[in-house]
Amino acid sequence: MNDHAHESHDHHHEESFVSKYIFSLDHKMIGKQFLIFGLIMFMVGGGLAMLFRWQLAWPDKPLPIIGVSKAYQEEGEVTTAADRKWEERFDDDKETWLETNMPSGVIDPAFFNSLFTMHATIMVFFVVVPLLVGAFGNFLIPLMIGTRDMAFPVLNMLSFWSNILGTIIMMAGFFVPGGHAAAGWTGYAPLSSIAEYSGVDWGQNLWCISLIVMGISSLMGSINYITTIINMRAPGMTWFRLPLAIWALFIVAILLLLAFPVVASALALILFDRMAGTSFFAAAGGGEPLLWQHLFWFFAHPEVYILILPGMGMASEMLPVFARKPVFGYKSMVFAMIAIAFLSWIVWGHHMFQSGMNPALGASFMTTTMLIAVPSAIKTFNWLGTLHRASIRFTVPMLNVLAFISMFVIGGLSGIYMANSPVDIYIHDTYYIVAHIHYVVFGGSVFAIFGGIFHWFPKMYGRHMNATLGKIHFWISFLAFNGVFFPMHILGVGGHMRRIANPMQYEFLQPMQPINVFITVCAFILGAAQILLLINVFWSIFRGKVAEQNPWEATTLEWHAPTPVPHGNFDAIPHVYHGPYEYSVPDAEADWIPQTQPNGESEHGEGEPVPAGATAD
Amino acid sequence: MKWLNFPAWLPENVSTFGQGVDNLFVLIYWVTSIVFLAVMAVLIVFIVKYRFQEGRKAEYIEGSTTLEIVWTAATTVIVFALAMLSLPQWNRIKFPSQFPGNPGAVVQVNGKQFNWDMTYPGPDGEWGTDDDLQLENQLHVPVNEVVHIRLTADDVIHSFFVPQLRLKQDALPGRFINMWFEATKPGTYEIPCAELCGFGHSGMLGYLTVHTAEDYEAWKNERWTE
Ligand code: HEM
Ligand SMILES: [Cu+2]
Ligand SMILES: [Cu+2]
Repeated sequence: MNDHAHESHDHHHEESFVSKYIFSLDHKMIGKQFLIFGLIMFMVGGGLAMLFRWQLAWPDKPLPIIGVSKAYQEEGEVTTAADRKWEERFDDDKETWLETNMPSGVIDPAFFNSLFTMHATIMVFFVVVPLLVGAFGNFLIPLMIGTRDMAFPVLNMLSFWSNILGTIIMMAGFFVPGGHAAAGWTGYAPLSSIAEYSGVDWGQNLWCISLIVMGISSLMGSINYITTIINMRAPGMTWFRLPLAIWALFIVAILLLLAFPVVASALALILFDRMAGTSFFAAAGGGEPLLWQHLFWFFAHPEVYILILPGMGMASEMLPVFARKPVFGYKSMVFAMIAIAFLSWIVWGHHMFQSGMNPALGASFMTTTMLIAVPSAIKTFNWLGTLHRASIRFTVPMLNVLAFISMFVIGGLSGIYMANSPVDIYIHDTYYIVAHIHYVVFGGSVFAIFGGIFHWFPKMYGRHMNATLGKIHFWISFLAFNGVFFPMHILGVGGHMRRIANPMQYEFLQPMQPINVFITVCAFILGAAQILLLINVFWSIFRGKVAEQNPWEATTLEWHAPTPVPHGNFDAIPHVYHGPYEYSVPDAEADWIPQTQPNGESEHGEGEPVPAGATAD
Repeated sequence: MKWLNFPAWLPENVSTFGQGVDNLFVLIYWVTSIVFLAVMAVLIVFIVKYRFQEGRKAEYIEGSTTLEIVWTAATTVIVFALAMLSLPQWNRIKFPSQFPGNPGAVVQVNGKQFNWDMTYPGPDGEWGTDDDLQLENQLHVPVNEVVHIRLTADDVIHSFFVPQLRLKQDALPGRFINMWFEATKPGTYEIPCAELCGFGHSGMLGYLTVHTAEDYEAWKNERWTE
């Protein structure tokens, strides 16, 4: 593939193309596979959003290019090539995929439901988790803790390939009769559990099966991460010398391990209801619709923290590098993440305030939910503290991290409204929720991913991404992102329900329609800007400026490994003598002390290396 | 600037408990806005002041236990206060034991794909008898009187939402959920379904007509005697 990769071949055995690039056992290659996979799925998920944003801005107006002209729609008068094509399609007897889903190029309401369902499903399970946990988790964990690979390389490879299997199953759902799953990413029963109610047949089945497969993939990953982090840290890499990204990934792996079995059982129950005639969720058969919601949110609330914690961890890595300062309050950062991990098990009911669950439960979930805002606030204040008296370099990763922090603040604060159950009566199931989701997951996690890709790219591919293009991509994304999602708060406050295909059907929403148009225009810009990211990534893999070993002068172990990182990562397993963020240490010569630098050279050393696994500090 | 003024976008409130919800909304709006502006101000000052400059080194600061305690305590107090302030409102709206009695109207609302069925018990005050009055997508109630609603669904989950009443409640198949409201202004209001319920979800829409006392009597006399 790329020529520099071959130069790195200084280890003993030659590998075939298949074992090196496809069924690779090397954590770095698997991480890169997840990266490319996640980026491709990002485009797919984004493309679906472009389609339904069109419908929301201009309801029932034919799509550009593939849709019929206005004259044809209104008078049946053939004027364009698209009109002629549609004429032919309508004439023959067989009903094509396009005719079912977008007759005349107008998005059908049932297809609209599949579009937003699949947009969210793909973004959550096929983009953000694979990128944060799959790509960065795999690439960073062994390098940052100073070991040669994951504990179970074969399991790691299987994790990637079961992820591909799950993707194939999920994508097949678009082409089965009855269309793809259309019950929302939350799949509320009985809409999802009884085929007649949605008209979706195999689409929903494949959705369930695929998510179970994806979950198994995550399980394999998480078992690997937990084992590797507990057992394979380099000598001296005590728990409190672990980089925060590793702490975050460790906690996320535990959350995944515990949360997934719950949703897997719930998905299996849906499959039983659909295929074996049981009625776990159908009231008529003695079932309970709310059972699904409890099981789903018991999984999905931890899941949303799975979507943000690695982003927080990565931001905490990049921030000190470009602020040239230690992370403020390292230990309280760790404890805040642990607190989030615990609390995330007891807040799921905040998604169910209006569900018909006992209102007394609503009151208790309100209290726990308010509490979970505290560790989020602590993290934010500590990031601010890190910038205090810093020396900030405005590199592309740093810009993305600063965006991450400020967007996460907005998302966290909008969470306070919704955590307040009386206010949630009004804003639940409106665009206010959609705004919140995107401020935390896009403004938060995705900007952390943008930054992370740029930051670790030199280690991944031995080349730099283009900084100018990176900045252009950042600024367009940042502005367009806010143009898309900030006005959604307003729609929500105006009462605009989420998941409706045509706001113009409601009198009280019609005056706000110009906001929908504005959002869609910004969404197209935001979508188009991501092409710049793709270009930058793929161009730089082959043509980027060659990177030296430690271009950012960073302290953590991955920068101690040679570039490009050979099989086995390190020439010799490094010894760790310092915490991860020793920047601008007084009296030190350089403004950074790598974790591997022996103590003699600094007054701030912390004694002899302690064997991994031993507790210190 | 109107885009930053969230409360200005709330539709007019026409229920007795709606003001309580709006007050909480406005309170949270101010608390979160102040926090947001403060955080952004600090962030921007730091970004400008501590940008890289030739000859100035960052300072080695590992943290501050005092600050950690202060901001942890401060946020805990604020969010707890918000939770405590909102409990009475929540109880008032959603706890059946706290519903006001003597309803001026009692209606069963049944969500089904993709309509709202409204059933009045009729002159005898009992459901399931011949004089029940069933209407599709039309809910008629008197102004300034408590209305009790038994909410249920036939097929999937729907959600009864009247933005101007600040009232939303999911309707569950196989279960009756009680709710109440008291409208304070005559008029017609839309009742969208707020929970995804299938391909006809968009456009599932009923109408709430709030009558003056006389109008309501007139409407009743006209419709309830059939
Ligand atoms: C400050 C902390 C947070 C609080 C208090 C909070 C609170 C809430 C509440 C109460 C809801 C339910 C609203 C409703 O449906 O009516 C919600 C929804 C949601 N939150 Fe958060 N949240 C917080 C942080 C986060 C984070 C960090 C993430 C993920 C990265 C996140 C992701 C989501 C998602 C995806 C939903 C919507 C799920 C859906 O209905 O589709 N939240 N949040
Ligand atoms: Cu949640
Ligand atoms: Cu609905």
